[in-house]
Amino acid sequence: MAVPLAYVARNLWTRRLTTVLTAGGLALVVFVFATVLMLDAGLKQTLVSTGEYDNVVAIRKGSETEIQSGVTRLQAAVIETHPAVALAADGKPLVSKELIVLISLRKIGAQKPSNVIIRGTSATGFELRPQVKLAAGRLFAPGAAEIIVGGAIARGFEGTRIGEKLHFAGRDWVAVGTYDAGASGFDSEIWGDVETLMQAFRRTAFSSVVLRLASSERFESLRADIDGDPRLTNEVKREQLFYSDQSRALSTFITVLGMTLTTVFSIGAMLGAMITMHAAVANRVTEIGTLRALGFRRAAVLGAFLAEAMLLGLVGGLAGLAAASLMQFASFSTTNFQTFADLAFRFALTAAIVAKTIAFALAMGLIGGFLPALRAARLEIVDALRAS
Amino acid sequence: MFLLKLVYKNAFRHRLRTLLTLAGLAIAVLAFGLLRTVVDAWYAGAAAASGTRLITRNAISLATFLPLHYESRIRAVEGVTRVVRSNWFGGIYQEPKNFFPQFAVSDNYFELYPEFIVPPAQLGAWVRDRKGCMVGRSLAEHYGFKVGDVLPIRGTIYPGTWEFVVRGIFDGADSTRITRQMVFHWDYLNETLRKTAPRRADAVGLFIVGIDNIDNAAAVATGIDGLFTNSLAETLTETEQAFQLGFVAMSDQIVAAIRIVSYVVILIILAVMANTMAMSARERTSEYATLKALGYGPLFLAVLIVGESLFICALGGAIGIAATVPTAVAFRKMVSIFPVFAVSAQTLWAQAACAATVALAAAIVPATRAARVRIVEGLRAIG
Repeated sequence: MAVPLAYVARNLWTRRLTTVLTAGGLALVVFVFATVLMLDAGLKQTLVSTGEYDNVVAIRKGSETEIQSGVTRLQAAVIETHPAVALAADGKPLVSKELIVLISLRKIGAQKPSNVIIRGTSATGFELRPQVKLAAGRLFAPGAAEIIVGGAIARGFEGTRIGEKLHFAGRDWVAVGTYDAGASGFDSEIWGDVETLMQAFRRTAFSSVVLRLASSERFESLRADIDGDPRLTNEVKREQLFYSDQSRALSTFITVLGMTLTTVFSIGAMLGAMITMHAAVANRVTEIGTLRALGFRRAAVLGAFLAEAMLLGLVGGLAGLAAASLMQFASFSTTNFQTFADLAFRFALTAAIVAKTIAFALAMGLIGGFLPALRAARLEIVDALRAS
Repeated sequence: MFLLKLVYKNAFRHRLRTLLTLAGLAIAVLAFGLLRTVVDAWYAGAAAASGTRLITRNAISLATFLPLHYESRIRAVEGVTRVVRSNWFGGIYQEPKNFFPQFAVSDNYFELYPEFIVPPAQLGAWVRDRKGCMVGRSLAEHYGFKVGDVLPIRGTIYPGTWEFVVRGIFDGADSTRITRQMVFHWDYLNETLRKTAPRRADAVGLFIVGIDNIDNAAAVATGIDGLFTNSLAETLTETEQAFQLGFVAMSDQIVAAIRIVSYVVILIILAVMANTMAMSARERTSEYATLKALGYGPLFLAVLIVGESLFICALGGAIGIAATVPTAVAFRKMVSIFPVFAVSAQTLWAQAACAATVALAAAIVPATRAARVRIVEGLRAIG
C-alpha cells in the first residue's frame, strides 16, 4: 500500500519557508533552462518562416550568405530563363534579382551602431514572399530614393519611421512605408528598389537571385543544370534551408551556452533539494518508524519521500515556467555571426518546451531526493522508533 | 574565543548538510567567476586595443570597401605615421566550425603592432614569400601549424581555394594579446583578384592608421574623414578601441543576458544557503532560549548565527575562488571560442563580495528570529 499523497503534500506545507526557498532555487534554474530553449525555438521559428519551401536562392558558389555573394547580370539572366522557374499570370518568370548591402544604424538607446540589411528588390520580391505585407504607408517607387522598413527595424532603430530620412550611399533615402513580415528574418531588413540601390552603391552584380519553382520536384533538375553549366559559378539552395543554415552558428552558440549554464546551476539546485530532503528525513525518523510499524513497506516509504522531492521539483518547475512564459512578451535582437547583420527574434514557448521543462524540474527533484529517500527507506523500525 | 568555538561546532553539527551547502556554494561562486570571465573575454579585443591606432572604414558599413588610392591621402594627414591595409578574408579551413580570423594585410603590419613579437628571420621569410602567411601562437598550437606547412583555405568572400605557406609564428607580448589569427599579404590577394575579378581589385576593407601622439587621435580622425566628405566612399575613422567596442555592442543583448544569469546563480545559492541557515536555526530554537536563560543577550545570538553563516560562506567561497583559475585554464584548452580567457583580479574580488553578501543575506531572518525568541516559548519549541 502506498503512503497517501496528502501526507506528502502536508509535509511540504508544514515547512513552508524551507519549501519556498528550495523550490525558489529550483524555479530559477528552470527559468534559465526554459528561457534558453524558448530563445532557440524563437530563432528557429524566425528562420524557418523566413523561407518558402518552393523558393530557391541562387548565390555564388562557396559564399554561404547573400552578403558575401555576387551574381552577375549574365548569370542572373541564365538562371531566370530556366524551365523549372514558375511563371506569373502575365507570363513573366517569378524571379527577383536582389542586392544585399549592410549599413550601420543606431539602435534606439544604444551608443554604438548595429549592422542592418538593406535589400534591393522588386514587386516580384513581394510576390515571392507572401508573409511580407505592407503595414503602413506605401511601396517604394521604382527609380526613386525611397525605402520601406521592416517591423523590427521600425520599432528598434532610430530614424526609420515613415517620413524620416536615412543618409547612405551619397544620398538621402525617405522611408515611405513599413511592412510586417511576421516573425521572419525579413522583419529585420530595409527594402528598396534594386536598380536604384545598385546605382547608388556602384554595384554591377546582384547578391542573389530568388525564384519560385514551377513545381516542387523540379528542384533537383534545376540544381543539376546550374552545377553543370560552365557559365555559372553559382549554387542553389531551397530558401528555407538557406536561411536556417545561416543561423546555425548562432543557434549552436545559444544552445551550448544555455545548456552549460543550466547543467552547472542545476547541480546547485539539486544540492539544495538534497539538503531539504535530508532534513525532512532527519526530523521525521520517529514518524518513519511509526509508518513502518503501521505496516507500510520500505518501498512505500521510499515512494513517499521520492514523491515529496518530485512535488518540490514540480512546484519549482511550475513557478519557473510561469516566469519564463512572461518572456514571450519580450523580444531579443543580436548580431547573427554568419550574416553579420542584426536579427530580431522572440522567445517562443512550445508544448515540447513545456514538457521538457517539467520533466527537467521533476528530474532535479528526483535526483536531489533519491539518497535521502533511500536513507529513510533503509531505517530499521526499532531504531527509528527509539530515536528522539 | 568561546564564540568562535561555538560557531565552528555549530557549523559542523550536521556534517552532511554543511558539506552539501559548501559544495553548492563553491559551484555557484565558481560559476559566477567563470561567467564574469566570459563577459571579460567578450571585451578582450577592446581591452587590448591601442590608443595610437585608428581604424578608417567605409561609413556605410564594414562590408563596403574603400578605394586603394585613399592610402596615400590618409598618409598625408598630419600626425599619421603609418597606414596599413587590411581586408577580412573570411575563409574556411577544412570545415566551417574551424573558424579563425584571416586578414590580408600590407607588409608593414607588424610595425604597427609591436605587441606581436616575431622572430626577425621569420618576418624576413614572410616578406619575401608572396604566398606566405604568419599565424598567431595560440592558433598554431590549436591546429598544430608549423613553419613550412601549407594551409589550404576556401574563400567565402573571395572564391576558390587559396594556399598559404606558414612562414612564421608570432607571440603576444603578454597573455591578454589575441594570437588566434592569421595574416597574409594583401598584395597576394589583390594580384589574384586583378587576374580573376578585376572589378573587385584595388579595394581595401579598412585602413589601420598609426598616429604619433595619443592626444591627436580626435584631430587626426576628423582630418581623415574631412578629406573624403561628399565623395563616393565617405569614411568613418575611430580609435581601435571604439571600433572593437562596436563589435561587442552588436551582441550586447547576449552579454547582458550572461550578466543577468551570473546574478541568477547567486540568487540560487542564496536560496540554498538561506534554507540551510533557517533549518539550523529552527532546530536550535530551544538551545537559543537556553543561552538566553543563561544570560546571553540577543546580540550574542545574532552574532552567533551570522558568524556561522559567514564561516560556511567563507569556506565555500574560498574553495570556489581557488578553483576558478584552474577551471578557466582547463576551459580555455577545451573550448577555443574565446581567444583570451583570463580571470581578472576584479573577478576574484567580486566572487568574495558575493560570498559575503550571500552569508549576510542568508543569516538575516534566522538571526532576528533567534534574537527575538522569548525564553519560555523557545524552551518549549520542538525541532
